Amino acid sequence: MSSQPISYSEAIREAFVYLLDNHPSVFVIGQGLWSPWYVGNTMRDLDKKYGESRIIDTPVSEGATTGMGIGASLCGYRPVVVHPRLDFMILAADQMVNQAAKWSYMLGGQGHPGVTIRGIINRGGEQGAQHSQALQSWFAHIPGLRVVMPATVADARDLLVSSVLSDDPVLYIDDRWLYEEQAVLPPVQETSLSLEGPKVIRVGKDLTLVGSSFSTKLCMGAADQLAKEGISAEVVDLRVLNPLRYETIVTSAKKTGNLIVVDGGWSTCGMAGEIIAGVCERIHLNRKPRRITLTDVPAPSSRLLENAYYPTVETVYRAASQMLKPHSKGFDDETLSGLHL
Amino acid sequence: MERLLRVLIGGVLVKTVLVMLNQDLMREIPFSLGRLADPEAFHEPILIDGLDSSLLLNQLKQMMLIRLAEEKIGDEIVTGRIKCPCHLAIGQEAIPVGLSLSLNKGDKVFGTHRSHGHFLALGGSLEGLFAEVLGKASGCSRGRGGSMHLYGESFGFVGSVPIVGATISLAVGAALAAKMDGKGQVAVAYFGDGAAEEGTLHESLNMAANYKLPMIFVCENNLYSSHLHIGLRQPSDCVARYAAAHSIQTAVIDGNDISLVNKTGRALIEGARSGNGPVFIEAVTYRWRGHVGPREDNDVGVERKQGLDLWKKRDPIGRLLAAMVENGSLSSDGAGNLLAVLREEVNSAWGRSLNSPDAAAATLYQHIYADSGSEV
Repeated sequence: MSSQPISYSEAIREAFVYLLDNHPSVFVIGQGLWSPWYVGNTMRDLDKKYGESRIIDTPVSEGATTGMGIGASLCGYRPVVVHPRLDFMILAADQMVNQAAKWSYMLGGQGHPGVTIRGIINRGGEQGAQHSQALQSWFAHIPGLRVVMPATVADARDLLVSSVLSDDPVLYIDDRWLYEEQAVLPPVQETSLSLEGPKVIRVGKDLTLVGSSFSTKLCMGAADQLAKEGISAEVVDLRVLNPLRYETIVTSAKKTGNLIVVDGGWSTCGMAGEIIAGVCERIHLNRKPRRITLTDVPAPSSRLLENAYYPTVETVYRAASQMLKPHSKGFDDETLSGLHL
Repeated sequence: MERLLRVLIGGVLVKTVLVMLNQDLMREIPFSLGRLADPEAFHEPILIDGLDSSLLLNQLKQMMLIRLAEEKIGDEIVTGRIKCPCHLAIGQEAIPVGLSLSLNKGDKVFGTHRSHGHFLALGGSLEGLFAEVLGKASGCSRGRGGSMHLYGESFGFVGSVPIVGATISLAVGAALAAKMDGKGQVAVAYFGDGAAEEGTLHESLNMAANYKLPMIFVCENNLYSSHLHIGLRQPSDCVARYAAAHSIQTAVIDGNDISLVNKTGRALIEGARSGNGPVFIEAVTYRWRGHVGPREDNDVGVERKQGLDLWKKRDPIGRLLAAMVENGSLSSDGAGNLLAVLREEVNSAWGRSLNSPDAAAATLYQHIYADSGSEV
């Protein structure tokens, strides 16, 4: 065990190294895998270490590349298909939604595409509407497709290992805004993805904040600020968005009586609304729950607009503060709607 | 610069030359199916001189069995016993029967919405198919798939799905796996001429050629995509031109000539198996029934109304049968007896399937994920 901290992006690379070292059936296929700048440092030199027949860079053919991953997975391999941006991954929607997600069910549980599709959220930096999307809610809608979003350095590595070793198709989404997070990790232990689910990563009693991926980081930051005011927020990190297990979320919300869900996607038909609905069907909350999401607007390019577009720690903090101390902050509805509430 | 493309037209190997006139302009000889698409052509018995008559008899039986099974399915749609959408391939039997001859254990075959013949030709059972279209637990997909989602991994049939062109890239992935395995296996994707209008075919052709995969593209060009004749959909009726553009070895053949399908399959599949990269077989055929269901759909467009009766004279079964009777390897009585035996086989498999238990409602939540019935 190394005592040196590693970053989220290095943790992803460690997962690949572990998988490629220990599982000969694993190979990686996708765009930019031989390029040092395409997927951050998450794939650095893997082509040199494992060869270009196991680390396969591809033409810009998202559909066929994903289909090939699925086809190879039906022949005993555990491929990882890499899409450097979710926006481009949409071109593989048939392969993911119609084929991989349905294969086991429609053929009576006799064939299992154990393919992992890694999609990267890569936004900010004035990249605009087609380079910035966080589409986890779309894919979490699909029965048969596991959707995984690691928020922590440990999960970036360990959930990738679990995803690749799962016999089911998995969409593993990492977010480049998390790549610099640091942690010290113990050695890899293989776990079954079907046993993984939402986790309480900070214990509190006044309010439950639910997030996933970068949104979990916002929740943790907000919880720190709230603590300074004597508000104790519990943070639940979703980790696995589909199939969604409610127990941990509901237990937490029942304990605190208050719920805010933060999601990096849009509001309409999104994860945040889904979780709020699922909780409200099961228990009574003390106060109206809130969701913090993107407003229903495509991503802008200019920095000024971007700054107004993306929720921040401050957004979450203010919403929580307003919920628990409605008179002290005095936000009106108009202000709040501008804050992605 | 010259590029040579080897094309089999009507069984004759033709070299088509693409000529680069200058650095910027390539003029190519336009591909067309020519006589292969002429409903007046190729009505005569096929040439079987010198061929193995026991093999041909066996293939005749297989084709007849597939036809009788599909006719049965058509009839039972009419009776209302079959509810799921069924796409019949009556008239197209020679293609899977001929190509399956060159496939080995370990090869991986992917089908389409119209795959009863693919499934049966590889060794799928009548009961597996009948029970599946009836939604029975004993169906090849446990009653989950119906006609459009067939499964038979034990005999190389990885699966069929109805999204047009969707399994092509999956088959290319299976070809990648076969190349990695290095055991001389190949992958096959069956698809129709309609799939040539999907982008995924073009991505898949490029991928297979780029990585030099042991991939067999099989286009069953029956000239129709649903109700639309290919003349209303593409500027040329020859789908193989796309494969040629990807530098893939290509054969364009009369898909209703079992001997030609056998020969082409042997040559091209063996080439792919030995590491020469992907191949593309365009087998021209015609479906006698409509896009979906038992009707002939001869009210769909002028071409079909005029063409169907003529195309029935290019019957893959009738032409082999005539040839065998002509050369004395089968008598008319023998053919009649064969038909009666096969019909009995079909009827009895149908009866057993009909009486087998339905897929139980309690299984609704099973098999969403691999390791559990369901997590819902």
